[in-house]
Amino acid sequence: MTVISRRNMLVGTGGLMLAGCDRIVASPTVKQVLTLGEKATRSTQRLISDRNALAQEFGRADISPVFKENGTKRPQGDAYAAHVANGFADWRLVVDGLVAQPMALGLPQILAAPSRTQITRHDCVEGWSAIGEWTGLPLGLLLKQAQLSTNARFIVFHCADTLFGKPYYESIDLIDAFHPQTILAHSLNRQRLGIGHGAPLRLRVERQLGYKQAKYVMRIEAVASLDRLHGGKGGFWEDRSGYQWYAGI
Amino acid sequence: MAERPLVYRTKLPVRLWHWINALTIFIMLMSGMMIFNAHPRLYWGKAGANFDPAWLEIGNRGQTGFLNLLGVEIPTTGVLGYAQGTAEAFPPLVTIPSSYSIAAARQWHFAFAWVLVIALAIFLIYAIFSRHLWRDLALKREELSPSHLWADIKEHARLHFPTGEKARAYNPLQKIAYLGVLFMLIPLVVLTGLTMSPAMDAAWPWLPELFGGRQSARSIHFLCAFGFALFIAVHLLMVVLAGPFNELRSIITGWYRLPAEREVKP
Repeated sequence: MTVISRRNMLVGTGGLMLAGCDRIVASPTVKQVLTLGEKATRSTQRLISDRNALAQEFGRADISPVFKENGTKRPQGDAYAAHVANGFADWRLVVDGLVAQPMALGLPQILAAPSRTQITRHDCVEGWSAIGEWTGLPLGLLLKQAQLSTNARFIVFHCADTLFGKPYYESIDLIDAFHPQTILAHSLNRQRLGIGHGAPLRLRVERQLGYKQAKYVMRIEAVASLDRLHGGKGGFWEDRSGYQWYAGI
Repeated sequence: MAERPLVYRTKLPVRLWHWINALTIFIMLMSGMMIFNAHPRLYWGKAGANFDPAWLEIGNRGQTGFLNLLGVEIPTTGVLGYAQGTAEAFPPLVTIPSSYSIAAARQWHFAFAWVLVIALAIFLIYAIFSRHLWRDLALKREELSPSHLWADIKEHARLHFPTGEKARAYNPLQKIAYLGVLFMLIPLVVLTGLTMSPAMDAAWPWLPELFGGRQSARSIHFLCAFGFALFIAVHLLMVVLAGPFNELRSIITGWYRLPAEREVKP
């Protein structure tokens, strides 16, 4: 005769429920249905917010004492190390893809360009936030200079860092690309970006979560579709772990 | 003593809303706990991360789990922080999905957030136009008096629930609990949820203003979730104490058997 203790029964039932739940969670149909919610969220947020509605800006007193470094802290490889060694003197930001005027800009040119400074809140998908003062070149200005083609739908940011052996990249649509607070930041809290924060240049797209704020930006590419890039989902975490491409929530 | 007849007590829209909510709230709580696992620390104010002081933290040191609440550390191994051989704040048994995936948890959470909000909106319209809100949920004038409420609290404490014709209607504490969920807990959880969205904060700057910042909103959101868990616990306890068969029949079919009057001791 087997004696099933109450505890074992609880654990057993729990295990069965867990297995059942996991099957539901893993089902492709279920995943498909759930993406409807994601689409509804993006459409609704875009519908109710003005294209140029600004993310909240803060005062200097609100700046976080320590701005947490996240993701890559130092890109691997000799190429980036060489850039660090000579103070990014040979580094160039490449702007290409669907633009009439491809560009390769050195850091001094970017530093001399018109800039915007904003004290904004960085919201990580994990839940934490940090406030910092960012200064950089408005992306919209750069895209106008490069004469963005009317076929372009997305702006892709190719980065110097790799995670789990894959290059980091991110992408945004043109609404966010031309948003006044979308900048290529070269400074945090009035200091040039440290390596942990994405030196020499990182994207700030203030109405979206942290994983969209690509660090170590090397190349900006204008494209009509994201399908052919890497995993096809428009970003490193989107490809790797199924993060939502629209990270406004 | 003859058995009292069945009465039709719970209308279809109320039953439907109940079951949609039951499913939705469980999914929201379970996916919410997985989202919390990504950063199991809570702060007050506009910002907050690992270097800032947290008022609540669930963590682990090796295979010991702990909960730190307002600076007081409580060992929680086997329940929180470290359980089922997993070093997560909330263990696999209670999260969606069971193993760490913030992306999947967010997908579930935000899809069912729509279900919660749409069902709430439809239910409120029904409750207003059918007069369910005034007839069944609003407290009657006499129920609002402190002496009446105190009497009801005492009855609950003695586990004496209304019997006979009185059991047709919700009792005052029950009404307060339901109204609290409907007009306090759900609106608060929805608004604090929206406040965590950077795009919503840009669209509606009054949101973070209202709650004292995004991290405060996140803390309140978590407390609301705790409130839901508490409500569910008390709600289920009441069902069990009041007669689970009769109560379940009422919330599934609408039909309820009025409990017999208590015999008055001579």
